[in-house]
Amino acid sequence: MSLAEIEAETESKRVGEETGGSLGREAWKLLRRDPVAIIGFALIAFFVLVALFAPLIAPYAPDAQPGAGTITPTNIPGPSAEHWFGLDELGRDEFSRVVYGARQSLLVGVVSLILGMSLGLLMGFLAGAFGGKVDTVVMRLVDVMLAIPGLLLAIAIAAMLGPSLLSVMIAIAAVNVPIFARLLRGQMLAQREADYVLAAQSLGVRRRSIMLGHVLPNSVSPVIVQGTLTLATAIIEAAALSFLGLGSADPGVPEWGRMLASTQRYLASAPHLAFFPGMAIVIAALGFTLLGERLREALDPKYRR
Amino acid sequence: MTAATALLLDVRDLSVTFTRRDRRDVRAVDGVSFDVRPGETVGLVGESGSGKSVTALAVMGLLPDRGVRVDGQVHFDDDDLLTLPGDRMRDIRGRDIAMVFQDPMSSLNPVVPIGVQVTEVLVRHRDMHGEAAREEAAELLRRVGIPDPVRRLKDYPHQLSGGMRQRALISMALACRPRLLIADEPTTALDVTIQAQILELLKELVSDSGTALVLITHDLGVVAGLCDTVHVMYSGRVVESAPRRVLFADPRHPYTGGLLGSVPRLDSPRGEPLRPIPGSPTDTLPWADACAFAPRCAHRIGACTGQAPALEVTGDRSLRCVNPLAEGEASPNPAVAPPASVAPEPEEEPT
Repeated sequence: MSLAEIEAETESKRVGEETGGSLGREAWKLLRRDPVAIIGFALIAFFVLVALFAPLIAPYAPDAQPGAGTITPTNIPGPSAEHWFGLDELGRDEFSRVVYGARQSLLVGVVSLILGMSLGLLMGFLAGAFGGKVDTVVMRLVDVMLAIPGLLLAIAIAAMLGPSLLSVMIAIAAVNVPIFARLLRGQMLAQREADYVLAAQSLGVRRRSIMLGHVLPNSVSPVIVQGTLTLATAIIEAAALSFLGLGSADPGVPEWGRMLASTQRYLASAPHLAFFPGMAIVIAALGFTLLGERLREALDPKYRR
Repeated sequence: MTAATALLLDVRDLSVTFTRRDRRDVRAVDGVSFDVRPGETVGLVGESGSGKSVTALAVMGLLPDRGVRVDGQVHFDDDDLLTLPGDRMRDIRGRDIAMVFQDPMSSLNPVVPIGVQVTEVLVRHRDMHGEAAREEAAELLRRVGIPDPVRRLKDYPHQLSGGMRQRALISMALACRPRLLIADEPTTALDVTIQAQILELLKELVSDSGTALVLITHDLGVVAGLCDTVHVMYSGRVVESAPRRVLFADPRHPYTGGLLGSVPRLDSPRGEPLRPIPGSPTDTLPWADACAFAPRCAHRIGACTGQAPALEVTGDRSLRCVNPLAEGEASPNPAVAPPASVAPEPEEEPT
């Protein structure tokens, strides 16, 4: 599902509705037979389904405190039949909070990916298509952004914008802009030298058509891969930002990163509070990473036959 | 072919120099002149690095803008293609002059269906759209001998064989019935049986539509089957030009003789070694003060170095050699005249 979203996202940027269809179909065929890709896909599907149907799955609201009054810093009940993942330090149902946390992670991941990718691809396309001065200006800008370590840049932006979900999204998007810009530009520069571009030129095809109809469709497959992998890092970065207290301003909103942060003090008495959100982050990120890696191989002709 | 026939393409003193910072300039094409009459087939022959392809790219205006200097004139109709603004040149390319490249594997866009790529030319130059363009594209594919063209339109390049791809590329090049087609080693990347088919196809299409053809090749067998006039190039210059029949029967430049002699013969005695030209195309001297071929030439004399040999015209032959082969000295090679591999029509056109 998420994959479909990514593909739709990239598709909409392409010109020519039929372009890439066959390559995509062949990659799909390869992926369907690849156990690792299937595991990745299953993890993603699991993650997305949990996020979508959180209210149906979670037995309690994320801010309900079924265990209120019974909790002390030294007595935080672990997993039981009633509370699968136990209770947290405020007596809330940990399972429900982890389930609702998936929503936040998915939302932040997808929105920041779309934001970052759109701007990055636009910059990359301009640089790759026009070259020359445009390329120089855009790429120096990208260099500046890349010079700052990703997480540091995200923290700076999120801190500047104040703690909110939107600022986390913008911060993570900003980190991804230069990555996509550089990726697409590099691909386009390489493809511009391809024989089929020369052949199209020999037929008098206009520059714009060559760039949009020939160069761009041949340059997007690494972008799809990068998009999948970026979702994984976006989820981790979102967790990191909320761990650092830069997430949603409302402490009742369950975020995996913040759940990890607030559990630090109880690590000795209630290790399950660190384990479950941690595992959730791992599973979500792992799914996108596995699928992304395999997608890279499926789309790369070098790995074929 | 009388002088009265208007020239279609007239290349005069074409030079292409690649310039690089901190490096010596490289002159890939050095004062090349040739002309093409409507409907004529002209061969440009030479080894790798002799400047054939660069000549073609210069005529097409497809050399990169930076790092390349192009001098001379390329007249097509009344225009000098070298000074034509970019958008007018783009209008001419594909409509009046088209080109077929060496490698059909990489000359088609791998992620775009064949049909879209063929249609693109029709949209661009013939203002055709939608169903009409699709039908015409299928017709074009059918004309180049692609079976079941309607279904093929939806196929991607990797679903076609090399020969089929080259056919598709030829159909694109001929989509607007250009008056001039430049084919740069169109069969080099194909296997031998397909080569013959593609050459036959080119010959047929070109004579049907009255398109003039500039055929670039290193294979004299290809030339023998197709060309009216042949220009032999070495190290960026034309060393010998003559009508095909004259050139094959009686090569005068030692390089032409060497090329003819190095073609394998079916009827040679078993075990007889090939007669290659010694050395490699990099063993050249600068044309400015010697014959570039001198280091490899068995016919070399003292006068070959120390001065640049001039291109001398006698009758319908031009020759750049101070010590040419004598008539009959090169022992015409039956392997190339007529060649067995390209199904030629030996005694056909009146020259």
